[in-house]
Amino acid sequence: MRNRIKVLFIMCLVIPGLLFTISCTKEKPPVSDTGTSSSSADETAAAAKAKADADAARAKADADAAAAAASAAAQAALDEFINANVLFAFESDVLDDSAKAILLNKSAYLRANPGLNVTVQGHCDDRGTLEFNQALGDRRAKSAKNYLLDLGIDASRLNTISYGEENPIDPGQNDAAWAKNRRAQFVIE
Amino acid sequence: MKKFFRMATPIIIAFTAFLITPAAFAQQDYIDFTKPFLRKIPVAVPYFKPLVGEEDTEITEKSAELLASYIDFTGLFEVKDRAAYLFDNKTGGIIGPEIDYPNWRAINAELLITGGVKFMDQTVILQLRLFDTVKQEFLIGKQYSVWKKDVKKAIRKFSGEVVHHLTGDYGNFDSRLAFISKSNGKKEIFICDFDGTSIKQFTKTNSLALNPAWSSDSKWIAYTSYERNNPDLFIKHLNGEKKLLSSKKGINTTPAWIPGKFALAATLSFSGDQEIYLLTGSGKIIKKLTSKWGIDVSPTWSPDGKKMAFVSNRSGDPQIYILDIETKRVERQTFTGKYNTQPAWSPKGDKLAFSSMDNGHFNIYFLDVETKKTFQLTKEAGDNESPTWSPDGSLLAFSSTREGVSRIYVMTAYGTDQRRLITIPGQQSQPSWSSRGLK
Repeated sequence: MRNRIKVLFIMCLVIPGLLFTISCTKEKPPVSDTGTSSSSADETAAAAKAKADADAARAKADADAAAAAASAAAQAALDEFINANVLFAFESDVLDDSAKAILLNKSAYLRANPGLNVTVQGHCDDRGTLEFNQALGDRRAKSAKNYLLDLGIDASRLNTISYGEENPIDPGQNDAAWAKNRRAQFVIE
Repeated sequence: MKKFFRMATPIIIAFTAFLITPAAFAQQDYIDFTKPFLRKIPVAVPYFKPLVGEEDTEITEKSAELLASYIDFTGLFEVKDRAAYLFDNKTGGIIGPEIDYPNWRAINAELLITGGVKFMDQTVILQLRLFDTVKQEFLIGKQYSVWKKDVKKAIRKFSGEVVHHLTGDYGNFDSRLAFISKSNGKKEIFICDFDGTSIKQFTKTNSLALNPAWSSDSKWIAYTSYERNNPDLFIKHLNGEKKLLSSKKGINTTPAWIPGKFALAATLSFSGDQEIYLLTGSGKIIKKLTSKWGIDVSPTWSPDGKKMAFVSNRSGDPQIYILDIETKRVERQTFTGKYNTQPAWSPKGDKLAFSSMDNGHFNIYFLDVETKKTFQLTKEAGDNESPTWSPDGSLLAFSSTREGVSRIYVMTAYGTDQRRLITIPGQQSQPSWSSRGLK
């Protein structure tokens, strides 16, 4: 609550300030066109060039910013594709709604990046026994893969591998860690 | 009657019984060590007596201690504290007429093992005898002529004789175990002797190796390896020869050799579902053994090879089932608890050991195959998993987190004498006990 009041107070100061700055800019008189009766053609040309250069620089900066934004967005999408794991309940290979939502995003990404092939890794938490988890990891990877097939992704782009309980993300022995470890994880080939 | 052992290797120069077995031997009642709450037999194992040549205490004392430790390892005996013995190994009697039975009875020993050693140039002649101090009679005697460095082998042979005299079975002294331990941060298969000594790294997959399983001649180990970036099955001979057994799409895992055959069951998932198949020793599929939707994994064979127990979640949770190979009938075995896995069929066929989760912890149980009754063997000691029977069925090795990270322990078939078996640092799991020894 206290923080929120602080933020509101700061905004009260900052927003009018911004408005003032903008209005100032608008009211600035045009300089280049006045008092040039004695100016030579050279000077005119020089001024025009300077303006063109400035425009070009501005355009380039805009383009760079756009490219950077696009590349950041692409990186973010890639990061999400790699890092957003499909999670499962204990002993289960069933996809719940949030698992399906994540797989929908994966399918969109795969469609937008037709050159990508992936391996879907199936993992378990370490509460079960080793051998059963090898089979359960296989089922989880296949669950995720089959859903992507239903969403129209080509089977040739999707491999699966089970690691059972051998590669936990979080070694902790608590519900939060176990939940993270019961996953289908996507790795780009 | 008594069979003489063939020589294990050329290094045992000669190996002969030098005394005749008592005539009453054939009628002897054996101890059934699978019966719970067996009373341990008190036994005395004094230092060996130097008979000829210069005494080497590595043999007269250390080998006697080794013999006592082997006898103790079985869980059948209580080895009496040597400090209490009224016996001097330089002068004391070690053959029948010389034995001072009252002295041994005074420390409550009911059995006595004596040793006499003749020190030759390069070899030793070891005479070992077992006496009944209650009946005051000689039971068995053996003489071993061996290189000095092979005294341990003779001690193991005689330990087998002692156990055989009492149980009708030569015990586990020539068996080995395989288990998983880490090397360079990767899980690999290691092997060791029955008592956890002579540990050697067996695989170098440099990836991930799991599920070791001994062939019934104890010469091959089947296992899962990720060295080709998929869980594939390999078999590897103790001489180093390695073969790829199954590398189908999906998992190729949990191998189990059929007793007496060069064939095995394993879980494969190339069809999309995890089913158990019967494979030849070269990896050809003979037939599909399970066909229910869901996970079917961890096969284990009855000693006659007619039945196979396995884990399935066909009813929801992982439970243990038995398949009759001929009738194809499948019968659920476990009904208590929601997570019963890792079945291991006992060598005599009467029991299925398994691990069961209760309150978030695993413990080892066995199921009496006939009565369907279950008995709990471990409790309140971390997670206890992966039971594996010794070849004589008297012991179970298993993994436990009772002292922190997972390590390998051993106990008797009725849960007593639980102790750590493998003492190398790090984390160990999935012990697998070989069959009868390596000839």
